Parts: sequence; structure tokens; C-alpha cells
Amino acid sequence: MTANGWLQIFLFFGLVLLVTKPVGLFMTRVFNRERTFMDPVLRPIERLLYRVTAVDEDHEMRWTEYAISMLLFSLVSMIVLYLMERLQGYLPFNPQKLGAVNPPVLAFNTAASFTTNTNWQNYAGETTMSYFTQMAGLAYHNFMSAAVGIVLAIAFIRGIARRQMQTIGNFWVDLVRCTLWVLLPACIVGALVLVSQGVIQNLRPYDTVKLVEPMQVQKVGPDGKAAVDAQGKPVMETVTDQIIAQGPVASQEIIKELGTNGGGFYNANSAHPFENPTPLSNLIELVLIFAIGSGLTYTLGRMTGSQRHGWAVWAAMSILFFAGVTVAYWAEARGNPMLAGTDQKVSALQPGGNMEGKEVRFGIANSALFATVTTDASCGAINGWHDSFTPIGGLVPLANIMLSEVVFGGVGSGMYGMLIYIVLAVFIAGLMVGRTPEYLGKKIEAYDVKMAMLVVLVFPLVILTFSAISVVAGFGTSSILNPGPHGLSEIIYAFTSQAGNNGSAFAGLTTNTLWYNAAGAVTMLVGRFLMIVPALAIAGNLARKKYVPPSLGTFPVTTPLFTVLLIGVILIVGALTFFPALSLGPILEHLLMAAGKTF
Amino acid sequence: MKKNLITAVLMTVATTILLGIIYPLVVTGLAQVIFPKRANGQLIQKDGRTVGSRIIGQGFSGAGYFHSRPSAAGNGYDAANSGGSNLGPTNQKLMDRVKGDVASAQGDNPAALVPIDLVTTSASGFDPHITPAAAEFQLPRVAKERGTTVDQLHALLAKHTEDRQFRLLGEPRVNVLELNLELDERFPMNQHIARK
Repeated sequence: MTANGWLQIFLFFGLVLLVTKPVGLFMTRVFNRERTFMDPVLRPIERLLYRVTAVDEDHEMRWTEYAISMLLFSLVSMIVLYLMERLQGYLPFNPQKLGAVNPPVLAFNTAASFTTNTNWQNYAGETTMSYFTQMAGLAYHNFMSAAVGIVLAIAFIRGIARRQMQTIGNFWVDLVRCTLWVLLPACIVGALVLVSQGVIQNLRPYDTVKLVEPMQVQKVGPDGKAAVDAQGKPVMETVTDQIIAQGPVASQEIIKELGTNGGGFYNANSAHPFENPTPLSNLIELVLIFAIGSGLTYTLGRMTGSQRHGWAVWAAMSILFFAGVTVAYWAEARGNPMLAGTDQKVSALQPGGNMEGKEVRFGIANSALFATVTTDASCGAINGWHDSFTPIGGLVPLANIMLSEVVFGGVGSGMYGMLIYIVLAVFIAGLMVGRTPEYLGKKIEAYDVKMAMLVVLVFPLVILTFSAISVVAGFGTSSILNPGPHGLSEIIYAFTSQAGNNGSAFAGLTTNTLWYNAAGAVTMLVGRFLMIVPALAIAGNLARKKYVPPSLGTFPVTTPLFTVLLIGVILIVGALTFFPALSLGPILEHLLMAAGKTF
Repeated sequence: MKKNLITAVLMTVATTILLGIIYPLVVTGLAQVIFPKRANGQLIQKDGRTVGSRIIGQGFSGAGYFHSRPSAAGNGYDAANSGGSNLGPTNQKLMDRVKGDVASAQGDNPAALVPIDLVTTSASGFDPHITPAAAEFQLPRVAKERGTTVDQLHALLAKHTEDRQFRLLGEPRVNVLELNLELDERFPMNQHIARK
């Protein structure tokens, strides 16, 4: 670890702190339907959208109608994405003449993945998706799934803030306002900033360039594997050209981070120089991942009239963030003790450490930081391969997702995930003092706690069930790339990432199979919608309750004690659920690596 | 329910047109006008031919060139097939590969510790950079092959070494393709040696 590395981490975090209030305040105004400086331009577009989509903007919805509208929209847009993937051969903007996404179960997995804000990818973008599918299908869902997440968090906050009311807002109005005011303007400006750093934005066919020095490479056989002759020796060939994939990358890259989607335009995601060319583009992408999640804590405080509560929640998130990044940075900077003959020491000339699967321009600090941030949030973009991290370095992203990604979290989903934990925390505090728990003037009763527990239990249930099936069945284990405990980590990571709607991977696992495509799609849909619907039920229930003024027995939710209790609840729930699995995967591998064992 | 279903369909169509088509085309137009070179991948022209992109690495293995990092993209530096090795830290395949690459990098100096980036695959598979340590490590070999002095090469290397952005962000790095292109210009290889 270096002073400069920490300076960069603190700079990043300082920027996140800096944007929290303005972003939170702006979102409060947007969703309270107050005037903003963008109204002269956006209000006419908003009205036009309501007219063509038959939306009555003054209509208020109960939580059930809000939920049904959300589910219908997700279903319809998911079907459209599936059809777009299957029909892309007939659609425009396809200079590489890429055919339908095959097999159909891959197209289904991808449609589920982008609708649920997961962006798990069982395909490589540059060899599978046409520019049209990337723009109108995948990048489009980056906008809409992010907007759905944000408005759900807003609906939950309204449920806390409103008193004796049956309704929690209008889904369509929230969705449109979120898209037009919060996401779109930031993306137009941000995309151009990224282009200034070298992120590409074009619609040209892939370029072919003459290599400066022709390369001897192992030939790839018709089966897609490296070719060997009868004696088992590699068959070599000379390559003189390099084909460079192009595309409309910046417009997708920006919403990929701002909307915590994470699905790369290319297979290598934000490690690809065309997606993330410079350390500055890297910093911008990192700040964007946390910007809305952090801002929502301010919105929470503002809308519920308890700004100090918002900051208490923010503090809990910040502490968990620093815990994660410290461990990941430490582990990656130490490197891999088994690589004899290599110089892994940090110096003025190199960052040293574990550089397998990392880029030189990012080095160790920015790779460890990116892995932590992308899994604190439910982003899932990567700038280095988590599968090649050291065991403890790889444990951090996995554990972050297992804690339900509530450290700033996915846009919206991090906030309503955190609100679920807050409900549990005040419930536990209430049990300790023997009083009915209250949260910001609302009594937390059996119904609310049951719904919260449903959310908390569904998550590990789906992860552990599918992981267990995968490690005992041949169709599960045959996909493993790295044998030993690391193979178990690969499988657990896959289902954790999909259930948490993260989308990053221990990507050695071959997941473009019938089993992983189908089980993964189910995991993502359950992880998204079985979390959202109970969360909305709590919101609707809270909105109906009357306000109870705080009394001597009320557990204050604005103090450091609350922050500590909240962190405690998050860690205890996560640890009790997942520690056995983690000890057989990354922890065991760490001990074996120290003992010099390979697989 | 029915009303909301109709809205769901209409909303999908309307927002797809706005966000899926108009938005990326507007950004493309603006990018092409304001940053035409960067928006198209910073391609390098030499003698009327495109020889690469400034920010996409190429594989180099000849003794007279600075070598770039091992690659797991396609069958090596395939810029239409990005990706890493995904080998885990305790995988024997990783040990074997690194061992082989260390041996060939050490050449006739088996005691030298090889800078780690020179024997590990990058995340993209075409990392355009190596660390200054990895460049220094190769400098004597390249100088010898090119029939020049270490000092002269040092000056060239310094020119192609990028400091941290704003002296703060990222890590110092050397752009391998640009360095090698200028190497060819300034210190062309003896054809006999080049073939060897």
C-alpha cells in the first residue's frame, strides 16, 4: 500500500461526499414535483410523454397499483429486449452483421439480467450484440432499470414520510421524472466528458490494422479451443492484422455507472481501454457509481424531515466501505507469494502486488477500489478480473454482495435494502428495551417485520439452494475453471452476484450453459422482484399509519449508537448466513495459498 | 390493470425511441464533432496505413522491441475479443505459465527478478502499457539488439513514460506501441538481426 494509493482513495471518497447533498436535494425537488432550473426544457417533453402514453399525472396510486405498474412495465420491456436480441439480424446499426443471440436461453438470461439491473453477461458484447441491441436494448434498460430502482426507493421514503394516507405516488410520473431530470441530462454531459478521455462513440464497422510486429500465436481450432497436433504440440500461426472493435460506447458507459448497471459494452468491461482509457475516466466512473446511492441518503433525511438520520445512515455505509477497501487493497498489494522469480515489491517504477488480470494504468489501488465500489453498489462493472484476485482480495467483493449491497448500494435498491435493515435494527432495539419499536414516528409492527424478514430470507435461500445444486451436479461443476476451493468460490459468487443483481463475476466459470443461463435468470428475477414487492408492501403499510411523537422510550435513529447498531445488524445477518460457505471457499484458499498449495 | 398494461406498452415504445435511439445518436453526433479523433479510437497512421490505436496494445516478442504483457484476449491481443485469463491465485496453470514467462524474460540473467506486470496477463487482454520497471528491465536487451546505447534509449523511454494523471491519478506507465514505433524510426534494426 502506498501514500499515493490512499490519497486517491480519499480523493474519490471526498468527491462522493461533495456530491451527496446537491444530488440528494435535486432528487427531492424532482420527486416532490417542485420547480427546477431544467423545467423550461424538460417540462414540455414530460407532458408530451404523458400524452402519448395515456398517463394521468395527477393520479395517485396505492402500493398495490404501484407494484403492478412496475411489474407490467418490467415484463413488457423485458419481452421487447428478448425479441430485439433474437431479431437483431434484421435490425439496423449492425455493421458486423451479427446474427440472432443464440441459444434462446442466453437471450432470455440477458433480457432478465438487464431488466433487473443485474447486467450479468453470459456473452461477450463485441462478438454477440449489434450496435442497435447495445443502444436500444441494453443501454436502454440501463436507464429504465435504474429509474425503476430509484423510484421504488422514493416510494418507500414517501411511505415513511406520509401520515394516514393510502397512496405512495404515481409510478409512471416518478419513472418519467427520474429519467428526464436525474439520468438523461447527466448522461449527455458525462458521455462527452468520457469521450474527451478517449472513450469511443461511433457507429463504424470494426477497424483492421496492420500489426507493427507480426505475432506467432497458437491457432484456434474449429471447436474454439487452442489447436494441438497429433503429438500434443501447439499448432502455431502468424497473425499480421489486429481487428479493433468499435461502437457507441460512451453513451452506454456513462449510464452503466450512474445507474449502477455494470454491463460492459465489451467483454472486458471497464478494463477495456475504449471503456475506461485513463485514470481520470476511472475516477469519474467510480464517483458516478456511488453518486445517486449516496445522494439518496440525503433525500431520505430531507423527505422524512430528519436530516441527521440521513447522515447517520450515510455514516454506516461509509464505515463499511472503508472496511472493505482496506482489506482488498491490503490483500492485492501483498501479491501472490507463489510466483517465484517475480518482483512484486512496490517502488517508484511499479505498483507491484498481484497484477494478474489488472491494467497497468490502474495498478493495485484503483483496481482494489473499483472492485470494492462496484460490489458495495450493485454495479458489477469491473476494471480487473475478480477471479484472479488473491483469495482475500476476492472475498471482499463477494462479501459486499452478500451483505445485500447496502453500502450506498444499487441506485434505489441500496436504499430500500438499507431501509429493510433499518426496520430490523429498530425492531431489535425495541426488543431490547421492551417497547413497541418506532421509526421516525411510525410504529413498526408484526406485518412490517414479517415483510422485512421475507426479503432477508429469500436472498440467501436462492443463493445457497442453487449453489448447492451446482456443486453436486455434473452440469454445475463441469463449468469450473479454477479447481480447489476457488471453484466453490466461483459458483457461490455467480449466484450471489445474480441474486444481488450485481452482475460482476468470478468469470472463469463457464456460464453460457443451459443450467447457468436458466438458473441464473430465475435467480435474478427472484432477487429483484421478491425484494421490491415486500419492500413496497412495507411502504404502503407505513403510509397508512398515524404519526406517534417521539417519547422517552423511542430509540433515536440519528445518533452514532444507531449507526453502530445498524452496522451490527447488517454484519450479523450476513455473517450468520454466509460464513460457512465463505470459510470453505476464499478463507480456505487463503490458508492453502499461505501453505504453498496449488490445484 | 388494463389501463396500466396499455401504458406499459406505450411507455416502452416511447422511452425506447427517446433513450435507445435519439440519445445515443445525439451523443454520437456531438462526440464526432467535438472529439473526432478520440471518438473513433485514436488510430495511428503511418506511411498511409493504419498501424494501430494509441490506446489498444499490440503483442511484441522480438528481441529488438520492448515486449508488452502476456495476453488472454482471443489467441493474443485480439482487440475484437477482449478478456483476461481468469486464472485463480492457486491455479497450477497460472504457476506454470508465469514460470515459463519468467524464464524467457530473464534470458541470460537468471537471477534477475522480473517485474510482475511483464509476466501477468492484463484485464483487457491488450493493455497498452507496461510499468516503467518493466521497460527498464528490458532496456539493455533492446539497446544491444538495436546497436545503440542504454543512455540514448533512456531518453526515448523517458519521452514515452506518462506520469500519473495530474501527478496524482493512476500509475506511471509506458505506452509500448508508441515507444516501439519511435524505436523503429530512430534506431532501425539491422535487417539481418531483425530476421534472427
